[in-house]
Amino acid sequence: MKKKVLTVDDSRTIRNMLLVTLNNAGFETIQAEDGVEGLEVLEESNPDVIVTDINMPRLDGFGFIEGVRRNDKYRAIPILVLTTESDAEKKNRARQAGATGWIVKPFDPAKLIDAIERVTA
Amino acid sequence: MDMNEIKEIFFQECEEQLAELESGLLKMNDGDRDPETVNAVFRAVHSIKGGAGAFGLDDLVAFAHVFETTLDCVRSNKLEPTQDVLKVMLKSADVLADLTNAARDGGSVDESRSRGLVKELEALANGELPTPSAGVEAPVAKPAPVAATPAPKPTDDSGFQPIPFSFDDFSGEEEVGSDLPTYEITFKPRSDLYSKGNDATLLLRDLSRLGEMSVYCNMDALPGLDELDAEAAYFYWNITLKTDKGEDAIRTVFEFAEWDCDLQITAGEEKVTAPDAEELPMIPVPFDLSILDDGATEAPAEQPKADVAAAVTAAETASNVTQMAAAAARVEKKESAAAAAASAAVAAQNNAAAGAGQTIRVDLDRVDRLINLVGELVINQAMLSQSVIENDTTGTSSINMGLEELQQLTREIQDSVMAIRAQPVKPVFQRMSRIVREIADMTGKTIRLITEGENTEVDKTVIDKLAEPLTHMIRNAVDHGIETPEKRAAAGKNVEGTVRLTAKHRSGRILIELADDGAGINREKVKQKAIANELIPADANLTDEEIDNLIFLPGFSTADKISDISGRGVGMDVVKRSIQALGGRINITSKPGQGSVFTMSLPLTLAVLDGMVVTVAGQTLVVPLTAIVETLQPEAAAIHSFGANHRLISIRNSFCPLVDVGRILNFRATQANPVEGVALLVESEGGGQRALMVDAIQGQRQVVIKSLEANYTHVPGIAAATILGDGRVALILDVDAVVGASRGQALRQEVSLAAVG
Repeated sequence: MKKKVLTVDDSRTIRNMLLVTLNNAGFETIQAEDGVEGLEVLEESNPDVIVTDINMPRLDGFGFIEGVRRNDKYRAIPILVLTTESDAEKKNRARQAGATGWIVKPFDPAKLIDAIERVTA
Repeated sequence: MDMNEIKEIFFQECEEQLAELESGLLKMNDGDRDPETVNAVFRAVHSIKGGAGAFGLDDLVAFAHVFETTLDCVRSNKLEPTQDVLKVMLKSADVLADLTNAARDGGSVDESRSRGLVKELEALANGELPTPSAGVEAPVAKPAPVAATPAPKPTDDSGFQPIPFSFDDFSGEEEVGSDLPTYEITFKPRSDLYSKGNDATLLLRDLSRLGEMSVYCNMDALPGLDELDAEAAYFYWNITLKTDKGEDAIRTVFEFAEWDCDLQITAGEEKVTAPDAEELPMIPVPFDLSILDDGATEAPAEQPKADVAAAVTAAETASNVTQMAAAAARVEKKESAAAAAASAAVAAQNNAAAGAGQTIRVDLDRVDRLINLVGELVINQAMLSQSVIENDTTGTSSINMGLEELQQLTREIQDSVMAIRAQPVKPVFQRMSRIVREIADMTGKTIRLITEGENTEVDKTVIDKLAEPLTHMIRNAVDHGIETPEKRAAAGKNVEGTVRLTAKHRSGRILIELADDGAGINREKVKQKAIANELIPADANLTDEEIDNLIFLPGFSTADKISDISGRGVGMDVVKRSIQALGGRINITSKPGQGSVFTMSLPLTLAVLDGMVVTVAGQTLVVPLTAIVETLQPEAAAIHSFGANHRLISIRNSFCPLVDVGRILNFRATQANPVEGVALLVESEGGGQRALMVDAIQGQRQVVIKSLEANYTHVPGIAAATILGDGRVALILDVDAVVGASRGQALRQEVSLAAVG
């Protein structure tokens, strides 16, 4: 069965890149444009893994991760943070919020898929 | 979708982000300190950087990175966004836009400028306040500051970088293991590891891919079932791994988990025989996990695979436990669910608020097709009305009522469809602020651009074609209109000049006003210049208004010195012509010492046109109403011959060439008698007036423009076609082309009236 990935990113460019990369790698992809939409989509889409950006309008990645972790059904779902931020402080905040792993943009497709496979069975 | 399409999307997005960036910075410049504004500005740059990185646009990434760093200082309140700071930022936004364009279209960017800005931005980020001169300074070849723009390494400074490795390398090389370095790994997860979605099973699986591995699961800490906290981490693993990938590769496996576990990695002896089973602590197991036991006691070196499998099973058990716990927690944590529901409600509310401005993206072709169809509908409806009226003499039938309603509905549909193409003038206005900044910088003037009515909507085609004339006018206003700060101070004016750009709707047209508070038109100088250039006779008696409008004459330039900025060989005549080509009008009012106001009135759409329907040699033509100044019935006494076959008509003591439209378009072989027709006084290219001779005027009406080129081919002298209510096709006259032809030029293969549809 295809694994389902929920991606949350406000940039149309990155959304499209994720879509192409993930679809080519045989994943089913669901997309949201910010944290608020991500949490809405989460319930109905029932993903296996989440890839999220940090800097987003309305609800940023930290808030989104915390929201997911508060949801009993999804609190153990692997969440990969996808962002250009490379300073340790942001990474730690994402960790504290409950991120599973971290991918530094610009991502290369192989790296992304590798990371997803690493956190999913 | 391929990468090129995504790149296209990226550049589209960049444009939006750049607009967002600029409007945010301008808001901040006006004192807006809302954190959301700062965030939006930051995000815009951040997004551009992110996308640019994905496409390897290094120049763009490098500049965006420096810009972002400085913006981050503002965002975290380390840097006060003063006017001086924002000046640097606005200029950086311009450079970012240039870099984006260069990345898309391959052009080059003024490197000294971007380098200079990089320095300024870095200085700001380092807490150095901008020197006032830094704002105006032209960044003259600063010695190689290239090094100052370190390309941001995608690599993480914390060493959090996955190291690529290939699984293929060790697929068939199980035996090599014997002389590989051995590592002893103790991996002891804390419960946080599980709660963040990491899974010991997967970590062990990945570890096993590095080489030959044996695993022993330690369950010492596992309490009895009654004391068991299902969410806690009780197991830990002792792992022996033979791999040539090095310790870094092992650490990479635990990259995401190392915060939440105790991890010890010790490099063993160069050549180790299989670790003895006795070395591993034997434990009493509260559960019957015999498989694991067996796996551990039997020589692990010989059956590493089974070992791994067993360990994995154990880990899976552990993760199952986590899942059970999750189920249990579901019951226990009703409160938190309630809290989540509450936050979801808040989220929904936010969403509703944001939903107010929801938009969809539609392919322009689809909209145009719809507009075309509605155009057909309007024509069809008109034809239907006409034939009903012709066939129904009573005039009271219910059909007439129905028709009237149909007509009204059709109008409404037409208006609504036109509204789809309508877009706010904002993007064009935003571009102007950059131009003002740049020219102000070049001329050493301080100028404030105020824009009003940015959200006024007008047809997209009009917007696209508005940018050029508007740019030119803004250049003129800043370069010629506004005085130097010294002169302003001497005149007792605010040293900072103001240019005000306004858009508003006025009786079915859009009115764009460009006002400056400069010196106004120097009428004496303009008049002298016009006389010197033989544009007017030396003794001409002109009103102030007429003098002001002289600047629209071709080849007119008042600047004593031709400047780099507005002296580019195009004058206001070009502006006027492009506005007229859009079916618009432009005029100027000016008060000496107080400034000038240019007013442009443009149609809201180019898909319909107000036209005068006329007859020429039995043909029906439509003349755009905007071109017509007045109509008159010539008298024989007013007609004068001039040369072999030219005629003039005298109108209020001035002579105006008479142009026989029928002759120009070859509708007839001989000139018609002017006295039998009607003269349409038109203003054409260059402001000169001509009297167009037609046979009769049928009336005025709004017509739907149909492109002749799309349906047939370009016809010289004809701008487009339309279908009249009676179903006949009428050609729309290209006034400029006809006037041009009357000057002896052949009709050129050019249309100056923009036709849509």
